[in-house]
Amino acid sequence: MLGRTASSLFWLSRYFERAQNLTRLLEVAYRGAIMSHTGQEHGTHWTFALANSGTEAGYKEKYDELTMRQVTSYMIFSKDNPSSIRSCLELGRNNARAVRTGITAELWEAINTTWIEFAETNPQSVTQDKLPDFLAWINQRAHLFRGALLNTILRDDGYFFSQMGNFVERADNTARILNTQCWSLLPDNDIVDDGAMERYQWSAILRALSGRRSYRFAYPNSRLKAFNIAEFLILRTEMPRSLAHCYDWIAETAEDLAQFYGSREPSLDLAADLSRELTEKQMHEIYQQGLHEFLTDFIGKNNQFAHQLCEDYNFS
Amino acid sequence: MSDERTFFNEMLDEAGAPRPCYARLAKWLDDKPANFLSRKSKDAETIFRRLGITFAVYGAEEATERLIPFDPIPRIISAAEWRRLSAGIDQRVRALNAFLHDIYHRQEIIRAGRIPANLILQNEAFLPEMAGFTPARKVYSHIIGTDLVRVSENEFYVLEDNTRTPSGVSYMMENRETMIRLFPELFQTHHVASVDQYPENLLQTLESVAPDPSKSNQTIVVLTPGIYNSAYFEHAFLADSMGVELVEGRDLFVDAGHVYMRTTREPRQVDVIYRRIDDAFLDPLTFNPDSMLGVPGLFDAYRAGNVTICNAPGTGIADDKAIYAYVPDIIEFYTGQKPILNNVPTWNCSRPDDLAYVLDNLEDIVVKEVHGSGGYGMLIGPTASKREIAEFRKILETNPGNYIAQPTLALSACPTHVASGVAPRHVDLRPFVLIGDQVRITPGGLTRVALKKGSLVVNSSQGGGTKDTWVLED
Repeated sequence: MLGRTASSLFWLSRYFERAQNLTRLLEVAYRGAIMSHTGQEHGTHWTFALANSGTEAGYKEKYDELTMRQVTSYMIFSKDNPSSIRSCLELGRNNARAVRTGITAELWEAINTTWIEFAETNPQSVTQDKLPDFLAWINQRAHLFRGALLNTILRDDGYFFSQMGNFVERADNTARILNTQCWSLLPDNDIVDDGAMERYQWSAILRALSGRRSYRFAYPNSRLKAFNIAEFLILRTEMPRSLAHCYDWIAETAEDLAQFYGSREPSLDLAADLSRELTEKQMHEIYQQGLHEFLTDFIGKNNQFAHQLCEDYNFS
Repeated sequence: MSDERTFFNEMLDEAGAPRPCYARLAKWLDDKPANFLSRKSKDAETIFRRLGITFAVYGAEEATERLIPFDPIPRIISAAEWRRLSAGIDQRVRALNAFLHDIYHRQEIIRAGRIPANLILQNEAFLPEMAGFTPARKVYSHIIGTDLVRVSENEFYVLEDNTRTPSGVSYMMENRETMIRLFPELFQTHHVASVDQYPENLLQTLESVAPDPSKSNQTIVVLTPGIYNSAYFEHAFLADSMGVELVEGRDLFVDAGHVYMRTTREPRQVDVIYRRIDDAFLDPLTFNPDSMLGVPGLFDAYRAGNVTICNAPGTGIADDKAIYAYVPDIIEFYTGQKPILNNVPTWNCSRPDDLAYVLDNLEDIVVKEVHGSGGYGMLIGPTASKREIAEFRKILETNPGNYIAQPTLALSACPTHVASGVAPRHVDLRPFVLIGDQVRITPGGLTRVALKKGSLVVNSSQGGGTKDTWVLED
């Protein structure tokens, strides 16, 4: 396989995963903004979406105030924002176009149709009442992408690289959300007043990571607690967006790749190390180390793995 | 203009009755309700859009990718007509390859005085770097798309030979796929020759001209300029349907005279490159030094016989518009036979007599730039305004050597789906030929259709559409 093909498959999956993560952040912000009883200022909800997608600085350069219209236009439709949903879908499609020969017709159709329908949508037509449906549509399209990929592409190196891209992006997303919200996940941060604020924050995090219902299954007493939520999203491998799950998957894929090529590269060892670390860690150790420090360190190692992978397999 | 002239109608004879090969189709069309074709056209557009069968338009910023309009009414060619056409094409492509070998070696045709030396030696498309080099099996142009037009029952003319990198074969195949999805019933009532074998034939052709054809597991690649090229869809389609890698220049490198591609593991040696980039961009060390698309050192590896490039560099001389007028001579010189297919009479404006005639008759003829393509830089006299003609006259007088001229032909017309229903529109035809260990012509081709009433311009970049082309079997 060409190094460039591997790179395109890796990035294709990253961009679709990122687009889906963005829709969830916006859903959470939207929900918060229309609920007046959370006791928060209107703008904070949109800050949540901007901060967690890493687009806050870019937004502030362009706009002075926080309004739903401007934030959604910047995060969904903006061509200037390299992390807008539009940019992700377009870059994803360009990568798919570059590897048309390496993906199946089903996968290409899922990607191409998504892009065409998105590009044909007039941003003005996505008014406040239509936003949830539009976000749900993108979310569904991302599921379709993943379904088409998992169900049709050959289990060879192309598949392995696409999985690496998917889970590197997801791990990064989860770690960033936890990191920007990490003060609300400190166990000694006792509930203030009636705790409505904390409960709101926690449920926003869980929603942003599609984990609200799963959390209730994973923790039988089902009460929202900072310690449990952090553990759920960092260490519980059965949660498909947790850091542990992502690295479980990456490490397994790394083994498959090593076997496929009959040789082991440094990146694969990095993946195995990081996976082992997450398996062996306990939540109280992480709190001891400092949640913020732990997450920052993880984001760095995740990046390092991605860089090493590019180098080992001649991505260009 | 052509409305006042008589033109050959592909479906109907002079009495207005369907010709034999169109009889079934004509009846089928008659039986359909009024909006039937409009619905089917919409279905077809959806299919094309979803599949991403598009071409890019240079300079158009927003809509960088467009669909070529697809017309759902097929163009039909009878078995007997096809036999004659393919014999003519076969003769022509063999002669053109013999010509290429000759002018890069002994240049007998120049010595024999059949073609003026300066027309070749001073031609930009002639590559001195190719002199004395013989590609595998002496084949230079492996993939050719011959543009034909019809003016009467038995008269076909060759408009252009397209011996460099002819496009459109993916449309031939996708048009067929789409027709089968839209009108399966038509294929049950017609014996349409299949075009499915094209990718297989292309692969056989490329393998047969590998530096060492006996080697098993040849590594064959399609070389594309990238996703922004207007024909990128076709490049991906071809690589995909042959099951070979689609590479860009940056994926290849030359080491010790051999060409390799960069893979996720060890570099892999490449045997045959089906290139879809122009000569000038192939190798910055030999040709255009600014090329970012090519591969440094590729040409030396080629001349050392370590890799085959298809089509060979320098094949452009065979379809140069100034050489075109000599193709009948070329055929006679190398085959000893009369040409089966006609050339369009052509005035070469570099000759004073021809120029004088052209300047006197600008209102009636078509003038084309020698190196132009895609319908740019040309004058269609009969539809041009007085001012356009006056302006073109000046250009022509300043640089006559850059132009040829031809009479306007009464292109045949084929029933086509238009806003008001079904109406005749002018068409041309591009069959696709492969030349390797043998000559293979796919029965069918790409029919391009001028969608505007009376228009003779069928180019996709000028708003033309395409049709499925059916060669019927006896």
